[in-house]
Amino acid sequence: MSYSDKVVDHYNNPRNVGSLPKDDPNVGTGLVGAPECGDVMKLQMRINPETQVIEEAKFKTFGCGSAIASSSLATEWVKGKTVSEAMAIKNTDIVKELSLPPVKIHCSVLAEDAIKAALGDWKKKHGVETEAQASAAHQ
Amino acid sequence: MAVKLPVYMDNHATTPVDPRVVEAMLPYFGVKFGNAASRNHAFGWIAEEAVEDARGQIAGLIGASPKEIIFTSGATESDNLAIKGVAEMFREKGNHIITQAIEHKAVLDTCKRLEKYGYEVTYLPVERDGRVNLDDLRKAITPKTILLSIMYANNEIGVINPIAEIGKIAKERGVFFHVDGVQAVGKVPVDVQRDNIDLLAISAHKIYGPKGVGALYVRRRNPRVQISAIIDGGGHERGMRSGTLNVPGIVGLGKACEICREEMAGEAARLGKLRDKLKDGLLAKLDEVYINGSMEHRLPNNLNMSFAYVEGESLLMGINDVAVSSGSACTSATLEPSYVLKALGVGEDLAHTSIRFGLGRFNTEEEVDYVTERVAQVVKKLRELSPLYEMAKEGVDLSKMKWTAA
Repeated sequence: MSYSDKVVDHYNNPRNVGSLPKDDPNVGTGLVGAPECGDVMKLQMRINPETQVIEEAKFKTFGCGSAIASSSLATEWVKGKTVSEAMAIKNTDIVKELSLPPVKIHCSVLAEDAIKAALGDWKKKHGVETEAQASAAHQ
Repeated sequence: MAVKLPVYMDNHATTPVDPRVVEAMLPYFGVKFGNAASRNHAFGWIAEEAVEDARGQIAGLIGASPKEIIFTSGATESDNLAIKGVAEMFREKGNHIITQAIEHKAVLDTCKRLEKYGYEVTYLPVERDGRVNLDDLRKAITPKTILLSIMYANNEIGVINPIAEIGKIAKERGVFFHVDGVQAVGKVPVDVQRDNIDLLAISAHKIYGPKGVGALYVRRRNPRVQISAIIDGGGHERGMRSGTLNVPGIVGLGKACEICREEMAGEAARLGKLRDKLKDGLLAKLDEVYINGSMEHRLPNNLNMSFAYVEGESLLMGINDVAVSSGSACTSATLEPSYVLKALGVGEDLAHTSIRFGLGRFNTEEEVDYVTERVAQVVKKLRELSPLYEMAKEGVDLSKMKWTAA
């Protein structure tokens, strides 16, 4: 199996690797996947409570190259977006951007789950209970 | 000395054909092209002579007599022929077959098919070190048992089974003993007499011969093993395997066996040293690296290691100028991590981080040094990227975490 150029680029030069303080009230953390499944993604975002704009995003991923690329891309995409804009990111957008083959679609699903989990964590910290349920069921 | 890239270190998957083998094969394509079954002209006689020479070379490597060697298209066919052949021939005697959980799919899937036809199969578990437990094996034998199929050495972890002891048990209990010898023949001394082996599957392309040719050793005396054919036709190979013989391939297999016999002792020592250098180098450079399977009972050219917190496929992607393989799910079609490691009791989390190194005749010490450096470098890089490594370093017990299944 060969990887698309974009997957290779994200793997070789992952964007926004790192961690944010998870106890910071403005940081939302999403940890999804399981070591037994071969994929774990941790996605964190620092969100401005006034503007609801995602000012910073960091990730760490245990997983194959496509999983690393999906989460790296997710951090790029969410930065600068508002919470509701980020909520609208679909795994299929990631599949398209990275040209993921069918066997790697689960990596994009996990990345979408990680975005939603991180935003959900932030909302919980801020007592927001808005679209979390509505968008929990991804396609 | 500069290392020529990419480095091939996946010699359990296949091996390059030794130039001496190629040279031996070449005349049998264009000049000596006869059909070994043509009994009435020189073209046929020349081909037949070459085939008989090859039978002798193969028999010489495993302590057999030339008449006990049946040529096939490869070890998958040899395993099929041995198991299905005995199953059909001895259906009246019994319907029970014993094998083990970490056999190659050529054995496991053959047994699974036989189950559909009313045979009963026992899949013995293996010990933590990857070897079959002899007491389990003894207990599994019933009056209905007709065949025991246990591999000599495993293709993923290189662990060598106590074949001589198993052979002794099989002989005492009057059960035929089939051995998948693909990874062991030519690498370590295999002797069908010493080990009481009744059937032995051999592949050419794992021992620096060509692909598409293999052999099955079928014991002819003490006891004489009869098997039903699974391919019908012209009655070649004493009726056990019809089909025009692949003369160039057979010549190649013969030559490959001859070279192995002459060079095995020195080569095993050389590979063992290289393998240990690789192992010690990686253990010295990295923490939380685990060896899968017994080091004591192991092929000299195999190393199988788990690099905790680093997923195997991402590691392969990072060392893309080194050819090795991984037990990670992502590298297999089934999305399941290695069933072999699972049977050893290696957790699925660690199975996903496993890499198999298979050293071979053409690997050099410089290559081992290069691979050691590359693997260590990429593991370190990926651990910086791994949330699991970070959590483990923070003292989080990963086994107690609640994970969301993907």
